Amino acid sequence: MRLNYPSNIKIINVPCTGRVDILHLLKAVEDGADGVYVAGCLEGDCHYISGNLKAKKRVAYAKKVLEAIGLEPERVEMYNLSAAQGARFAEIAREFTERIHQLGPSPVGSGAKAA
Amino acid sequence: MVVAESKPIEEILAMVADFDKILLTGCKGCVTVCNAGGQKEVGILASALKIARKKEGREIEIEEITLERQCDPEYIDQLEEPIAKNNYDAVLSMACSVGPQYIAKRYEDTLVYPCLNTTFIGGALEHGVWAEFCQACGSCGIHNFGALCPIARCAKSLLNGPCGGSAGGKCEISPETDCVWHLIYERMSRLGQLDKMANVVMFKDWTTSRDGGPRKIVREDLKQ
Amino acid sequence: MKAGSHLEKMFAAGHFAVTGELGPPRGADAGHIHEKAKYLKGIVESVNVTDNQTAVVRMASMAVCRLLLDMGIEPNLQMVCRDRNRLAIQADLLGASALGIKNVLCLSGDHQKFGDHPQAKNVFDIDSMQLIATCKKLRDEGKLINDHECEGVPQYFIGAAVNPFADPFDFRVTRLAKKIKAGVDFLQTQCIYNMEKFRTYIQQANDLGLTEKCYIMAGITPLKSVGMARYMQKFVPGLDVPEDYIERLKGVDKKKQGDEGIKIAIEQIQEVKEMKGIAGVHVMAIEWEERVEEIVSGAGLLPRPEVS
Repeated sequence: MRLNYPSNIKIINVPCTGRVDILHLLKAVEDGADGVYVAGCLEGDCHYISGNLKAKKRVAYAKKVLEAIGLEPERVEMYNLSAAQGARFAEIAREFTERIHQLGPSPVGSGAKAA
Repeated sequence: MVVAESKPIEEILAMVADFDKILLTGCKGCVTVCNAGGQKEVGILASALKIARKKEGREIEIEEITLERQCDPEYIDQLEEPIAKNNYDAVLSMACSVGPQYIAKRYEDTLVYPCLNTTFIGGALEHGVWAEFCQACGSCGIHNFGALCPIARCAKSLLNGPCGGSAGGKCEISPETDCVWHLIYERMSRLGQLDKMANVVMFKDWTTSRDGGPRKIVREDLKQ
Repeated sequence: MKAGSHLEKMFAAGHFAVTGELGPPRGADAGHIHEKAKYLKGIVESVNVTDNQTAVVRMASMAVCRLLLDMGIEPNLQMVCRDRNRLAIQADLLGASALGIKNVLCLSGDHQKFGDHPQAKNVFDIDSMQLIATCKKLRDEGKLINDHECEGVPQYFIGAAVNPFADPFDFRVTRLAKKIKAGVDFLQTQCIYNMEKFRTYIQQANDLGLTEKCYIMAGITPLKSVGMARYMQKFVPGLDVPEDYIERLKGVDKKKQGDEGIKIAIEQIQEVKEMKGIAGVHVMAIEWEERVEEIVSGAGLLPRPEVS
C-alpha cells in the first residue's frame, strides 16, 4: 500500500496515546506547530484498555487552554483509527492539513508577525 | 489536604501583562496531590502563558521551580539564589495561598502573585473529583454526628438538621450536593445511635474558629 | 400564659386558630403593607411577617410587625438565622418585645443561593433549634445566651416551622420533638398537599404525645393555577404536590383554576380541622391576601371567636 499524505506532517511515535500528555500538545504549539493531532486506536480497542480515552480527555483539556488564551481550539484534535486502516490514516492527514490551511498559520509560529 | 484549583488563565495572563521575565513556583505538597500546582501543572501553565505571549508577539521568559513545600520557610529559602541572580519582574506561586504569602514575607522587594484559588480542606471522591470535608472550626465534634461534619458539609452549618430542604438525600441548594444530615441520619441509624439525634445540640463556641481572630498554635516542646 | 398574645389566648380557649402571612415589599412603601394587611384584619388571629423570605431583601420584618400593630393586627415576627449572629438576634428579640411583638417564629432561613444576593456571606451562627432555645431562655430565665441577666424580661409565644414532607421522613417527627424540647409553643407546617403523608406524620406525633405539648397548625397554600402547582411540585425541595390536585385544576377552565384552588384549600382546612392533634391552620396565600377571607369563611371559620 503506497498512500500519499501531506509532507508537512511530522510523526512522533508513542507506545500508546495514553502516553501523550497535555504538555506535549502545548509544547508543540508553543514551539510553532500550526496544529497537533493525536491518532489513537479505535475506542474500545486500546491494548492498554483506556490509553486512547485518556488521550481524548487531555486533548479536550488542551483545547480549553488554547481557547482561554485566544487560539483556535481546532488546532488540536483527536482521531481514532486502527493500525490496519492505512487509507484512513492518509485521509485524516489530508483532512487535518486542510483544516489547518483554512485556519492559517499559527500566530505563535516563527512565521507569525509580531503584533 | 488543602484543595485548590487553577485560576482562569485569562486572570493570570492579566496579572503578568506587564512582565517579561517571571519565576513560576509549584509545590509538591497538597496541590500536587490535587493536581493543581505540582511540577506538571507548573509546566502546563508556563507553556500556556508562553503561547499566549508569543501570539501577542511579546515573548515572556518563565523559569519553573517546584519546591518540596511552600508552607515551610526552609524550602522558601531555596528561591533565594534564583531570585537574587535573575532579576525577575515577579514571582508566581502555584501553591495554596500560604505559599505566595511565605514568598512575599521572605523576599520583601519581590512582587508575588497567586495562580490558584485555594478552595477547601477536603479529599478526593474519585480521580479528578474533590469535595470539602472540614472547615477548620478548631474544635472537632464529628463523633457526635456519626463522624460526619455538619459544619463543613451542611450548607447552613446546622447542628440540629436535617432542615426542611432535604429531599431524596440531597440538599436544597443543589441536586449535586448530598444532604450531610441525611447521611448522618443513615449512619447513626446503622450504629444504633438515633437516640442521640433526638437531643438538642446547643450553641457552638466559635472562638476556636476563624471568628476568634487569626489562629496560631505554639508547641513549646518543639519550639526552639 | 406565656406571653398573653391573642394567638396564645385563642389556643388556650380551645379554639381552632387561624393565622395568615404577609410578605413585606421590596422597597420602603408602607402603603403597600396597609393595602395587603387590610384583607387579613379580623380574618385571622395573627399574621406571620416573613424575614427576607427566599433570601430576597425586603422591608425588615420587625418594622412591618410594628406597622401591623399600629393597624390593630397582631404580628408573628419571623426571624431567620441566615442574616444575623447571636448578638444581632438577641438584640432584635429584645427590641421586638419592646415594640409590643409577642409572637416569634424561629427559622433557619432559606439558603441565599437562590435569593437576590447570592454573593452574600451567610451567618448561621446558631440554628433554628438554638433560636427557639434562645427565646425560651430570655423569657423563662430572663437571661441572654451568655447567662447575662436582662433588665426587663421579654415575653414571647414561641413558634417554629416543621416540614413533614422533607426527608428522611422517619426523622421528621423526631425533629418536631426536638423543637418541643428546645421550647417551642406552637408550630406551623410547610404547605400541605399530600394529605395521606400528613396523616401518617400527625399520627406519629399523636402516638408520642407531642401534639399535647405544643399547638400544631397545618400549613395551607391555595394553588392559583396549574403552573404554580407544577412549579411547587418540581422546584420547591421538600414539597409534595400529588398529581390528583394538578389534574383537578386542569379539569376546569383556565380562568377558573384559581377558584378551584380556593375550593381545594377549603376542603383541606375542613379535613385537617377534624384531625386529632391539629390546633389550627396557617393560611399562606402567597400574593393573594385578598382571597383569604373567602377561604376562611368557606371553611366555616368566620366570624372569629372573641377571647379576652
